[in-house]
Formats: sequence, structure tokens, C-alpha cells
Amino acid sequence: MNGNGQIHVNRCDFGVKMTENKELLRIEGLRKDFGTLQVLKDISLSVGQSKKVALIGPSGSGKTTLLRCINHLESPTGGHIYLDGDLIGEEKRGVRYVRSSAARLARQRLDMGFVFQNFYLWPHLTVQENVALCPWKVQGKSQKEAMDLAEAMLEKVHMAHKRKEYPERLSGGQQQRVGIARALAQQPKIILFDEPTSALDPELVGEVLGVIQELAAEGRSMVLVTHEIRFARDVADEVVFMDGGLVVEKGAPADVIDNPSNERTIRFLGQLRG
Amino acid sequence: MEQFGDLFTRSASHLEVLLQGAGVTVMITLGSFVMAVTIGLVLAVARTWKIRPLNALIAIYVEVFRGLPTLTLLFICYFGLTYVGIKLNPLPAAIIGLGLSGGAYCTEIFRSGISALHHGQREAAAAIGMTPMRAMRFVILPQALRITLPPLGNYAIGLIKDTAVASAVAAPEILFRARNLSTETFDTALIYLLVAVLYLVMTFPLARWVDHLEKKRKAWQ
Amino acid sequence: MMEYLDQFAAFLSVYPAKLPQWEGVLIRAIKTTLIVTAGSFAVALVIGVLLALARLSKNALLRGIARFYIEIARGVPALVILFLLYFGLPPLGIVMDAVPTAILGLGLSTGGYVAEIIRAGIEATHKGQREAGLTIGMSSWQINRYIILPQAARISLPSLMNTLITVLKDSSLASLITAPELMLRAKAISSTDFLPMHILLLVGAIYLCLAIPLSQLSRLLERRMFSKLGNRM
Ligand SMILES: Nc1ncnc2c1ncn2[C@@H]1O[C@H](COP(=O)(O)OP(=O)(O)OP(=O)(O)O)[C@@H](O)[C@H]1O
Ligand SMILES: [Mg+2]
Repeated sequence: MNGNGQIHVNRCDFGVKMTENKELLRIEGLRKDFGTLQVLKDISLSVGQSKKVALIGPSGSGKTTLLRCINHLESPTGGHIYLDGDLIGEEKRGVRYVRSSAARLARQRLDMGFVFQNFYLWPHLTVQENVALCPWKVQGKSQKEAMDLAEAMLEKVHMAHKRKEYPERLSGGQQQRVGIARALAQQPKIILFDEPTSALDPELVGEVLGVIQELAAEGRSMVLVTHEIRFARDVADEVVFMDGGLVVEKGAPADVIDNPSNERTIRFLGQLRG
Repeated sequence: MEQFGDLFTRSASHLEVLLQGAGVTVMITLGSFVMAVTIGLVLAVARTWKIRPLNALIAIYVEVFRGLPTLTLLFICYFGLTYVGIKLNPLPAAIIGLGLSGGAYCTEIFRSGISALHHGQREAAAAIGMTPMRAMRFVILPQALRITLPPLGNYAIGLIKDTAVASAVAAPEILFRARNLSTETFDTALIYLLVAVLYLVMTFPLARWVDHLEKKRKAWQ
Repeated sequence: MMEYLDQFAAFLSVYPAKLPQWEGVLIRAIKTTLIVTAGSFAVALVIGVLLALARLSKNALLRGIARFYIEIARGVPALVILFLLYFGLPPLGIVMDAVPTAILGLGLSTGGYVAEIIRAGIEATHKGQREAGLTIGMSSWQINRYIILPQAARISLPSLMNTLITVLKDSSLASLITAPELMLRAKAISSTDFLPMHILLLVGAIYLCLAIPLSQLSRLLERRMFSKLGNRM
């Protein structure tokens, strides 16, 4: 089904412009229940190659759950996720979808970097080892190659000078930048950020947003859950406003943030501005 | 069928002997438990007086008696003391040996129970005009006891198991009877399996109780 | 007072005469004690890690088996397990020497404790760390191997050291199934030389010399860990 469209797009995909229009991530009719609680009700979204999508919405609206469903940290109750035309976490057998093997899912997750709100660096490994673990142990590079790659990634987030430190010796902002380097080291097609600055002291937010902005400028594809509305407007190609497990409004930042049409969006943005 | 019937009668007749041993096991357990808790409480409280030489002695007692194998202690009580003219019967020897090593454990258990309480509590008690003695009696110890119940329960479980060592000094407890029984009947595997079950039956309720306490404490934190 | 001192001197005066006689036997016995201790601790570690992983697995059968095992190991004396293996198995056609039997029996019995210690260590690592492992494409085996177990080992280290001390002490039980370790030799010497107190105190001192450094080390590790956790919070 998706395959046909994909082939068609690829066929006339000559110039740079066309590549940019290529669809990278597609979320189709995603639903997620926790027991009787419907957290995601019916979400469909599409993220193009090199696009940055900012996901905003009130607390409890299901943003984190959506992000976690994309790489199957939570298995969706319904709906499907495609990355680069590849069905994530499932395989289609005739008309039925069956859960794919853990090994296959693990391989697919390599294509999606994930940056956690609370960093979740591994405290027993140095900064460099944290970043090198994926290329070394998962992708099977040599230790030297992996460590070199890690150093390069740390360079990108301006943390190379701390590569020998253990995470507990770093500030929150530094830890989060290492978290970003760790995601970069797996060379993902897309990076999913879950409120990367929410756990930080206000004075540390800037350094992390700066790094994300640099990555955005490199043309990386990303989905960014954030409460930093101004940053979302500056960086995102598209802003998606979620509430109550539904996409309420989406569009260009100028439209959604500066001229919201939906009443719930207006109220949410109003509250944020105080 | 017949085999099972045979197994059943054999088990029944073994159990009759083993259960007599269980009575002795319980006696040894209770005796040494009381002794250990008494030693532990006294020494743990004495430690809080902060008398240097006394604390050093207590520390030595704890190190030595925790570091010695129970079997060595029992042998010292049973065989060794004859050198100084003390001839203990197996049962008292077992109780004293287990009680002395248990005392060292209990001292540690109560010590950490007492030190887990914030010293603010002691000061608060002083602030409302309690003497240190009364603060200990009414504020510190009751709370320390509650904190120490799970480790004490675990100690008691360990103690029941440790009483098996008393068979080596011929105290007529479960394992001792089992050894005699197996040399008489050659039904070794069955007898020791029954022994294992007997110990499980004795420790099981305690284990459940400790788990319950620990769950409660986790929920409380 | 003087009288007691004299007696004490008389007590001590036996050692210079007897020590050369005992030395060779005791040194061999210490070796056996250490072999039994190290062997059963190694067996317990392997069993403990496997049980802890089983206990936390998604598979209900594995969890059940692990719980059952741990419950039994918690309630049955090590000595009973030793007797069961050493005296109970030969009639069924399985014969093992005393030392391997002791290593196996003590290992089986201690494995349950080790499992609970490691499980506590595993549970102390935050679930987010496991998820971070998933997002970089690790399999659950790799996550256990590179992320969870190294940390669990570090967290459990002080408790594991204490378990090692317990195993050292429990190795004395091997004498009751005739493994030629310290206590067996002590008992033999005390019945041939009629000096039970002398040999028992000596052997006791040997156990202490082996155990006390271990317990100091465990305390040091514990203190270091507390201060480290303090930094993190
Ligand atoms: N594992 C879970 N089990 C049960 N309920 C959950 C679980 N995870 C999330 N929820 C519920 O789902 C709802 C959405 O949670 P989610 O974390 O996705 O919101 P969010 O939009 O990320 O909020 P925030 O801005 O506070 O991070 C909440 O009501 C939450 O309580
Ligand atoms: Mg969230």
C-alpha cells in the first residue's frame, strides 16, 4: 500500500527539492490505551525528510506517549508507524499485522534517535563510552572506530572536553548534550526529542537549545516535544498542537503559534504567555 | 500404587522420629534467640554511651563472633571448654554457641536500627524535658525495634537453619536424628528430603512475615 | 591473678611444641577451605545471576521456578543440602567426592541469597536506563550485559562481600561430609592430641584472619558507595 506511493515519489525524485518533499515518518491512525484510559485517540501525522516538527500541548495530552509509540517503547493499541516506508515493530502477513521479532525491532530503532527528558545516561560509563556504546556493541564497529566516532559526536555538542568524565560529574545541560551525542552516534534517520530542556535549570536551557538548533540547521529530521514555544517557532517547519490525545491543530509555526484558529490552542498559548 | 503406599508408610515412620528432633530444634532456636537478642540489645545500647574502652571491647566481640564459623564456636563450647574443666551437655553447648554468635549479629542489627533514627529525635526528646534514659526507653527503642524487625526476622530464619549444626555436637535435634535414622534404615534420600521439608515448614511462616513487613516498609517510604 | 597468668603461659607453651607438627596439615587444610569457599561462591554467583534475571523476566514460568528455588534455598539449611547430596545421592547411583559435593551444595544453597542481592541491585537501576538501551537498538541480552549487570554488580558488591564471608564460614560444614578442610583437621587433631582448645582457638584465629579483612573491605565499599550516591542526589 505504502510501497506504491513510495516508488512513485522516488521515480520523480531527481532534484534536491524533491528529496525534501519525501516522506520520512508516517503515523497512521495511532491509538494507545493504558487500561481504560485512552491516551492517544487517533493520531495521523507525516514528517518529511529534513523536516522539523514541534509537538506542543498541555501536560497529559499524550505527547510523550506518542513519541514512545513511534519507536515502540510502548506498543500501540492501534495504528501503524512507518519510517522511510518501513513498517515499525510489525510485519504484515496477508491482511493481518503481527508483532515483529525483537531483533528486527532493535535494528529499526537504530534509525530513530531518542533524547529523554531525564537524559538517562548510564552512570557506570564515561561520557565517551556512553556515546560509543551503540556503534561499538550494537553496530559492531571496532572499539577505536567507535570511540573516534563518539569523540566526533561529542565535538558536535561541544562536550568533547568532558569525554573522560562520568555523567554524575556533569551539569544537567551537559548531560543532555551528551544524551544528544549518544543519539547522533547511532546515525539515525530521525531524532525524537522528549522535552529535552524540561528537567534543566533555566540558565542551562540555552546551551541545549543551541545544540538542537545547530542540528536542525544541518538538515536533520526531528520531532521535538517542547514547551519552549519561541524556540519551536524559530526552528520548526511545522507545529502540531495536541490535546486530549488528539491533534487539534497543525500547520506552519506562523499560523499555529501566532494566529491559532482553534479555541483550545488559543487558551493553551495564552496560559503559556501568562 | 503399592510403591506409593510404601513410600507413605516409610515417610510416616521417619517423621515420627524426626518430629521429636523438631522439638529439640525449636528449644535450641528459642534459647539462643533469647540469648542473642538480650546480648544485642544490651551491647547496642551500651555503645551509645560512647565509653571508648567499652566500645572497643564491643567492636572486638562483634568482629570475632561474626567472623567465626558456628561450627567452630560449637566445638569450642562443647570440646574446648573441657580444657578449663567446664563440661557442657550438647544442648546448652549449642544454645550458648549459637547465642554468642547471634549476639554479635543482633548488636549490629540494633546498632543500625538506633543509628537510623535521626539524632534530631533525641534532641526533640530532650527539648520536652526527657532524661536520656527515658528518651531511649520511650522514643528511640520503640522506633528502633520497628526498624529492626525485618532483619531480626531474617536472623531468626538463619538461626533455625543454623541449629542443624548442633547435630555435630550430638544435640538430638532434627538432623542428628536423621543421621541415626539413615544409618539404621539406609533410606537416606527420603529421610533428608523429609528433613528439608521440615525445616521449610518451620521457616516458611517467618519468611512470609518478614516479606510482609518489608513490603509494608517499602510502601511506607 | 598470678595464678591465672601462669595458667595462660602454660596454655601458650603448648604451641611452640605442637605448631611444627600441625603446620603442614593445617596449610593443606587452609588450601582446601579456600578452594571450597571460592568454588562455591563462584557457583553461587552464576546461579544467582541466572536466577535474578529469571526472577525479573517476562516469562511467568521462569519467574515461578526462580521464586520456588529462592524460597527453598532460604528455608533449608546448607548442611541438610550437603547431607542430601553426599549421603542421599550415592544410593541412587550418583557418587561425588566430598570437596566437589561441598562446592556444589554450598553453591546451590548460597545461590538463592545471591539472586536476591543481585535482584535488588538490578531493581536499583532506573527503568529509563533500560529504555535508553532499547533506543540505541540493543537487545535485552545486550542491555543486561552492558548496562544493567555491571551496575547491579557494583551496587551489590558490599552485600556480596558479606555473602563471601558467610560462604567462608559455611565451608566449615564441609568437614561434616569429610572434606579435608580446616574444621575436619581441627577435629582430627583434637582427638589425637587431646588438645581441643588449642587447635580450635588456632583454627578460629585462622578463620578470623581470613574473614576480618573481607569484612573491613566490605564496609569500606559500602561507605564509598553511600558517599557516591550522595553526590548524585
Ligand atoms: N505507563 C502508563 N500507564 C498508565 N498511564 C500512563 C502511562 N504513561 C502515561 N500515562 C498517562 O497518559 C497520559 C498522557 O501522558 P503523557 O506522558 O504522554 O503526557 P505528556 O503530554 O507527555 O505530558 P507532559 O507534558 O506532562 O510530559 C497521562 O494522563 C498519563 O497519566
Ligand atoms: Mg511528557
